[in-house]
Amino acid sequence: MKSNLTRRRFMATTAAAGAAAMASPSILRAAGAPIRVGTYGGFFEESFKQFIFPEFTAATGIEVQSIAVPTGETWLVQIKNAARANTAPADVSLMAGTPRSEGASQGLFQTLDESKLSNLGNLSDTFQDRNADGGLFGVGGVSWYITLCTNSDEIPEAPTSWAALWDDQYADQIGVLGLATNSFLLEVTAATHFGGTDILSTKDGIAQVFEKLSEIVPNVRLWYKDEGAFQQALQEGEIPMGQYYHDVAGLAAAEGFPVVSTFPKEGGILDSGYWIVPQHVEPMDEVHEFINFMSTPETQALLSRNVGTAPVIDPALTDLSEDELAAVSSAGAPIIPRYDIYKDHADYISDTWNKMIAG
Amino acid sequence: MGGLARYLTLVPSSVMIGAFFAVPFALILLTSVSTPDDAQDYIYAFDLQHFERFATWFYIERALFSAGLCALIAVLSLLIAFPFTYMLTGFGPRAQNTWLIYILAQLSLSEVLIAFSWQILLSRTAGLANILVWFGLAEKSFSMAPSAGAVLAALVYLAVPFSVLLLFPALSRLDKSLIEAARTLGGSPLRTFFTVVIPVTRPAIISSGVTIFVLTLGAIIVPQVLGRPQHWTLSVLITDQAIFNFNMPFASALAVVLLVLSASVIFAVTKLTGGNKS
Repeated sequence: MKSNLTRRRFMATTAAAGAAAMASPSILRAAGAPIRVGTYGGFFEESFKQFIFPEFTAATGIEVQSIAVPTGETWLVQIKNAARANTAPADVSLMAGTPRSEGASQGLFQTLDESKLSNLGNLSDTFQDRNADGGLFGVGGVSWYITLCTNSDEIPEAPTSWAALWDDQYADQIGVLGLATNSFLLEVTAATHFGGTDILSTKDGIAQVFEKLSEIVPNVRLWYKDEGAFQQALQEGEIPMGQYYHDVAGLAAAEGFPVVSTFPKEGGILDSGYWIVPQHVEPMDEVHEFINFMSTPETQALLSRNVGTAPVIDPALTDLSEDELAAVSSAGAPIIPRYDIYKDHADYISDTWNKMIAG
Repeated sequence: MGGLARYLTLVPSSVMIGAFFAVPFALILLTSVSTPDDAQDYIYAFDLQHFERFATWFYIERALFSAGLCALIAVLSLLIAFPFTYMLTGFGPRAQNTWLIYILAQLSLSEVLIAFSWQILLSRTAGLANILVWFGLAEKSFSMAPSAGAVLAALVYLAVPFSVLLLFPALSRLDKSLIEAARTLGGSPLRTFFTVVIPVTRPAIISSGVTIFVLTLGAIIVPQVLGRPQHWTLSVLITDQAIFNFNMPFASALAVVLLVLSASVIFAVTKLTGGNKS
């Protein structure tokens, strides 16, 4: 069994990241000191260190100190605690949607200077996170898909729709993520049965979607919080189907496991890590240069080829071939998570979700 | 003069207890009654909304389930550990030390490691079910996790080494002449065990049981990896609230409930079982 730590795995990395944060006190920055860049620990960070940071240093002369960060929610707590002590655990780091919007509402991130980001135009508006007064605080870095993954030994013909989650022939055979905020199953239900995620805009709508979603409970064997737990079960065929990360499923398949990742016709779930800069970070010029470098078509192509992420810019701008692009994304419209509802109806969604999955 | 000196020696430990136990606890208590605030997440106030949120059948049921599960684990681990420890005290010092070092080594395994090992042990492809097939007891291999039994087995596995180490001092100090007297008076070994050994070591049994209970109440990884959501304990829900839902106040309120729960169990057990003992 392979043991690569993946970016969203939390239990093993939480402790390590805590130690890393303690071991990196804020030292007065001398000119030419490296900037501290945080990416998800494990395979992700390794790839960044090997393929991306050397290119950045070659292009700008700025050294990078790589920092492994845990899953977004845990990392946000560390940023918050550091801010209380007027420091930041990293100068710039990747963060996914739900914690990012939470951090922004608590004012934990710095507003960026758009005049220093000449490549910002490569990114569509959805990849530019702004606060209420229009200030830019998050810039898309990498995207990844959550798709419907199957074990091809157990299920030779992979279903092509998320509707398979409701199919009673898969009773007690499915694995899905254990939280409303990282499984995005409300969005999946809305896209599959209610024609899109607009219904989630009201609490009544969310209640309706929950009612439909609760029908999958008898099919679900594992509500996983740890990627490793599900990946092993999927590879071995114990749990032959479920939602999983397209990039890691691809890695497993490349290693010879009978794992197939399918983009359902309603779309894969597209989640993204954006670059955010915590309060109290000092080398702002270098950080802007870094974000600008990451937004170039060349870097985005480099990421797709070596880290397995989908580009956050129009693929036409990159020199990625059709096959290379197909390996990391799909042409169909994705399901975009509604991060806003997890903030506006946080308690309601978490209570209803907990009751639903506990049967 | 002697009195003052004695008080002075208490100062370092009091400061330690104050700084590392009382202050964090006071902060949790304060957070649990805080009120939401738009600008900065939450502010200290006296607001019982988080306890009101707890007071629904779902969360109360979770709390009762957690207590029941942990009580069962305490009982099961004592049932396994007590006879073993009793027999261990009969061995020579060399054998005892070897065993104790072996058991201590078990404690260095993390809950994460244990949870994932059990996951493999109970899996369909590499698990125990294959042995059942081999013996002809089952037709084809099946997966034993996630299930209540899996959670129970892994947590008992975690708790047994602690039970042995907690019981060992009392059992090794047990006055062997009591046993000899009982045997001389015609008691069978089994009868002696139940009417002499167990009553004499009762305080140790109770304190070990309570310690195991409190210890397993804090388990979060085993229930998540080996259990279904209906087997998740209150500690899992606390972690979810604190880390994934950013709701420190509600997490704190649940933690206070958990604390009250374990305190009342400790109180009830010591009251019921220790009160009439001279």
